[in-house]
Amino acid sequence: MSREKFLRYALPALALIFALFAWEATVRINDIQPVILPSPSLILATLIKDWRTLGASLVVTLTLTLEALIAATIGGSLLALVFAQFKVVERVFFPFAVIMQVTPVVSIAPLLLVYLSSGAAVLVCSFLVAFFPILSNTALGLSSVDHNLLDLFQLYRAPRYRQLLWLRIPSALPYFLGGLRIGGGLALIGAIVAEIAAGSAGQGAGLAFRIVESGYRLNIPRMFAALLLIAVAGISIFLALSALSYFLLHRWHDSARTREQ
Amino acid sequence: MTFANPDWKETPAASPSPSRLARLEGVGKTFANGTVALTGVNLEVRRGEFLSLLGPSGCGKSTILRLLSGLTKVTAGWINWAEKDPELGFVFQEPTLMPWANVFDNVWLPLRLKGLSRAAARPQIEEVLAKVGLAGFSKAYPRELSGGMKMRVSIARALATRPAILLMDEPFAALDEITRTKLNDDLVALKCELDATVVFVTHSVYESVYLSDRIVVMAPRPGRIVAEILVTAPLPRDEDYRLCAEYAERCRATSAALHEAMAPGANGSAHK
Repeated sequence: MSREKFLRYALPALALIFALFAWEATVRINDIQPVILPSPSLILATLIKDWRTLGASLVVTLTLTLEALIAATIGGSLLALVFAQFKVVERVFFPFAVIMQVTPVVSIAPLLLVYLSSGAAVLVCSFLVAFFPILSNTALGLSSVDHNLLDLFQLYRAPRYRQLLWLRIPSALPYFLGGLRIGGGLALIGAIVAEIAAGSAGQGAGLAFRIVESGYRLNIPRMFAALLLIAVAGISIFLALSALSYFLLHRWHDSARTREQ
Repeated sequence: MTFANPDWKETPAASPSPSRLARLEGVGKTFANGTVALTGVNLEVRRGEFLSLLGPSGCGKSTILRLLSGLTKVTAGWINWAEKDPELGFVFQEPTLMPWANVFDNVWLPLRLKGLSRAAARPQIEEVLAKVGLAGFSKAYPRELSGGMKMRVSIARALATRPAILLMDEPFAALDEITRTKLNDDLVALKCELDATVVFVTHSVYESVYLSDRIVVMAPRPGRIVAEILVTAPLPRDEDYRLCAEYAERCRATSAALHEAMAPGANGSAHK
């Protein structure tokens, strides 16, 4: 294995394994009760034992997050396109966009729960937090076009929609993908926060509810198992969006370029 | 300003029957913020000539190109074209390529905007890429190319529509000396082969004398034309031309005109 590969893959993996061993050892040596701090092995065992409940909740949370993210992607990029085409619309909507963006989602969750059913409220919360980074990044990208290229399109008398399709949208793609990666992480956070605020139980309960529930029952190993699944969900979303970004940009954009050392 | 020409063998008429392609009459350009970029510009662009606009920064030479290309409008005077809606080619100081598109698609752009499909445009694109020395590079992406090669793509794109006039805004200013010399020679060869009309903005005296049939020297604040210098040696020229007396003479004359243009209180005295 080359030194570079070792540093890149093996070292972080070893560090993680070492931390898990240290955790396991600390719990065993000091005989810490699971209700205070469960060992990694116990968390894993709990995850397997409770998989039926936790797995179902994972599906609920992931489905919700993805629905919100897809809605935010479509809504955010379409609104950015409208902003780019009609400056007036941008001027009109911008104050609303800023107000919605700077207000923490936790603070509006209770209000949404008053207006909407708990499932819909969670979806809207998740949507709102993912929506704004996608909107603002895409809007920035659509207006960050090489001025000489704009001149060139004007010189060849390109109609506006061609300029949008062939110039502004490809120019905005890296910005949009950046916004999507931020939005993907935030959609999960939004879904979790809203669900904790909603406290919805029963069939449609997501991972956040499992955490709250485990807290009430002092079932700490299960709480950790649910946390682990949330972390895995977050990592999966991040990796999937990074892969999408690489796939779309690696031929031409500097962000996806590997540098010769 | 006319020079006797003892050293240069053939002295053709400036260019064979120089018919007018465009004429700027009393052209002025004042920007919205009140800056006077150009004032009282009278200039003729003749078919098939290599015309250089030379001057210090802020003298409005790029503005003339933008006016000719229709990217901005005159605020005084007018521009007369010999033909209606002439086909234009523009080369910017930067290569200005679309980074997400390969060489082929970049050159295709102006043709595509005219409604030519990829297949219909292919022969034209391959021909023009071969002309600029980039045959076989059509699949490369801009970031895989050197600065000089990107510039060649930019020139190919400008030539793809077979323009009546090629407008070039300091196209090689950012390139190294060796690349620039090579591109200059290739540009002139291409110009002769296509019998194209070129308007070339530069701030290099030597470049302008080596390349041009005619040099227009401009002065800043406000931008105006102060001198016109003819270089009669036929194009293309080679390295030997840089050693002949006419070259030295024209460089000296051009430098003097430029010097005068930049002198404080210069008022554009007759230099013609």
